[in-house]
Amino acid sequence: MTEKNVVTAIHDTLHDEMAADDRVVVLGEDIAVRGGVFRVTQGFLDEFGEERVIDTPLAEAGIIGLAVGMALHGLLPVAEIEFADFIHPAFDQMVSEVARMRYRSNGDFGLPMVVRAPWGGGVHGALYHSQSIEAFYGHIPGIKVVVPSTPADASGMLRSAIKDPDPVLFLEHKRTYRLIKGDVPDEPFEVPIGKADVKREGDDLTAVSYGLSLHLCLEAASRLQDEHGVSVEVVDVRTISPLDAETILASVRKTGKAMVVYEDNRTYGAGAEIAATIAEECLFDLDGPIVRLGGPDVPAMGFASNLEQAFLLDADLIAERMLQLARF
Amino acid sequence: MATRVTTEPSHEALGLSPDDLRAMYRTMVTARLIDEAAFRLNRQGKAPFVVPVSGHEGCQVGTAWPLRQGQDIWVPYYRDVAVVLIAGMTPYEIFLGLFAKADDPASGGRQMPSHWGSRRLGIISHSSPIATQIPHAAGIAYAAKYRKEDAVVGCWFGEGATSAGAWHEGLNFAGIHRLPIVFVCENNRYAISVAQPMQMAIANVADRAAGYGFPGVVVDGNDVLACYGAMKTAVERARSGEGPTLIEAKTYRFFPHTSDDDDRSYRSREEVDEAKNQDPITRFATTLKDAGVMDDAAIEAVWAETKPKVDEQIDQAWNAADPDPSTLGRHVFFEGDDG
Repeated sequence: MTEKNVVTAIHDTLHDEMAADDRVVVLGEDIAVRGGVFRVTQGFLDEFGEERVIDTPLAEAGIIGLAVGMALHGLLPVAEIEFADFIHPAFDQMVSEVARMRYRSNGDFGLPMVVRAPWGGGVHGALYHSQSIEAFYGHIPGIKVVVPSTPADASGMLRSAIKDPDPVLFLEHKRTYRLIKGDVPDEPFEVPIGKADVKREGDDLTAVSYGLSLHLCLEAASRLQDEHGVSVEVVDVRTISPLDAETILASVRKTGKAMVVYEDNRTYGAGAEIAATIAEECLFDLDGPIVRLGGPDVPAMGFASNLEQAFLLDADLIAERMLQLARF
Repeated sequence: MATRVTTEPSHEALGLSPDDLRAMYRTMVTARLIDEAAFRLNRQGKAPFVVPVSGHEGCQVGTAWPLRQGQDIWVPYYRDVAVVLIAGMTPYEIFLGLFAKADDPASGGRQMPSHWGSRRLGIISHSSPIATQIPHAAGIAYAAKYRKEDAVVGCWFGEGATSAGAWHEGLNFAGIHRLPIVFVCENNRYAISVAQPMQMAIANVADRAAGYGFPGVVVDGNDVLACYGAMKTAVERARSGEGPTLIEAKTYRFFPHTSDDDDRSYRSREEVDEAKNQDPITRFATTLKDAGVMDDAAIEAVWAETKPKVDEQIDQAWNAADPDPSTLGRHVFFEGDDG
C-alpha cells in the first residue's frame, strides 16, 4: 500500500495501463507537452511518445469523435476533456454516437473507450470550471458513468474502465484531486463498475452520496456520532449509471431512513433518481421522509468565494439535516 | 485553390481493363435498379422510407472502386448505395435493411434504411446527424497509421455536411497528422432544400482543403472515369504516407432527398430534366461504346440480366424474418463475443 492523493492515483494507474498495453492511447487538450492542466499525464509524452500521447486541437466534439474512430479500429483510447464544463459541444457525439454504436449496430460494433473529465466545484472555477454533468449522461443508456471519490476507487475504477468493452465516462471531482488522500494497493487491482460501496457503517440513517459531497457526508457522520451518538451509514454511489440500487436499498432497509446528498443542481439531478428508486422499492421500510439535499437551482456557482460557498453544500448543513432526520 | 480535373482520361491510362469497365457499369446499373425498385416498393406501401441514389452512381462507383475489399475502411453516408455495393454488400442485404428485417447487417432493423454498417465488410456504422462520422473516419485513419496497417479510409458525405463543425474538426486533425484518408464530397447542390449559395460563400467545396494543408480536387461527378482517376491518385497518395485529399464530385440527385421529401418545392422540373441529360450511367454507356468495350446489345443485356437478379433478392428479403420485439433490450452493452 502507498498513500496517494486522487490525482496521483489516476496518474499512476493511467501510466501503468499505458505501459502494459500499447493499444492504450491518450488524447486531449494540453495533455502532451503540458502534461495536462491537472498534471494527470505528466511525463507521458517523454515515456510513451507523441503517437500515444496526443495533443489535440481545441475541439471537444472532435476529441470524442476521434476516440470513437480509434476505438473502432483496435485502440483503447482514453480521451481527456480538460474540464467537464467543456464537454457540451461533444454532447451529440456522446449521445448519438458513443452511447448508440453498439445498440444501433445490433451488437456488431463496440466502443472500448474512456472519456475522463474533471468536474465539480470548490476551486474558484466559477460558471464554466465547476459544473456537474453526471445527470446529463446518467440519463443515456449505453454509456457507463462513474464518479470515484477516493484514491483507491479512482485507481481501481480507471483500470476497470480501460478494460471495459463499452464506453465509460470517468468523472473526477477536481476538489478531491489533492484534498483526499488514502492507501492504494501497489499491485494492479480493479474496482468493479456498477457497484456502490458502504464507506461508513451505521444504524440510524443512510446517507447516499458521491464526489466531494461524499467526503462532506463522512465528516458530518463522524461529527454526529461524536456529538450526538447518532450512527450514520454512508453509501458511496461510485457509479451513476448503471446504478447499484441493491447496495443502496439494502442500507436503507437496514436503517429505515434515507438522505441523498449531491452537489449538482437539485432538480432532475442524479439524487432525484436515487430518491425515486428508494421511494419505489422500500417505502414501507422507511421511518421518515426521504431527504434530498442538492445544489440550488441556479445556473452555476459564482467566482467570489462567498458566492461559491453559498452554492456548495458543507458539513455543517449536512450534519444539521442528518440530525433532523435522525430525530424524525 | 482546388485543382480541377478536366481531361477525359482513357481507361487504359487509368489502368482499367475492359472487364473492370464492364463490372463498374454493372454496379452502376445495379444501384439504379435498386433505387427504382425501392421507390416502387415505397409506393406499394412495403418500404416506409427510401433514400435515393439515382444521379450519384458515377461519383460513387468512381470513388469507391480504387479501395480494396477487406483491407480498406469505408465510412459512407446514407446516399451511398453504390459505395456499399462495392464494399461487398449485396442487394439482398440492402433490401433486408429497407424492410427492417432481423438479418439486416447494419442494424437488425433498428436503424432507418440506408444507415449502413458491417464490421465484416469494414463499413462503419453511422447515424442520422450529419457529419458526425467525419471525426470517426479520422480516428480510424489514425489507428490504422499507428498500427502500421496498409489501409486507407474512404469517407463520403454531401456538401451540406461541410458546414458542420464536426466536418472541420475531422479534416483539421487528418491534415495535422497526414492521415491515410480520402474525403469525398458528393456535391449535388442541395442539402435537402437549401441550395449551395445559402450553404457556403464559395463555388467549390474542394477549396476548403487549403485550410487543412492538403489538396482539394474538383471533378465531374457524372464522369465515372474522372472520379476514378481522382480517387486513384488520392488513394495512392494516402497509402504512401503523403496524407489526405478532399475530392469534390459535382453531381445531382434525380429524386427528392428521401421518399418523404417533395423536391418540387425547391427545384424546377426544367432544372431536374436538364440534370438528367448528364446521367452518369448514360454517359458511361457512351464512353464504353466509343471505346469499343461494349455495344448496344451488351449494354442492354446488363440491364436485362441485372433486373431479375435484383428482383429475386427483393423477394428473398421480403420473406425474411422480422426482428423479434423481445430483443429490444439487447446490445445496450457488451454481451460476450457471440452476443
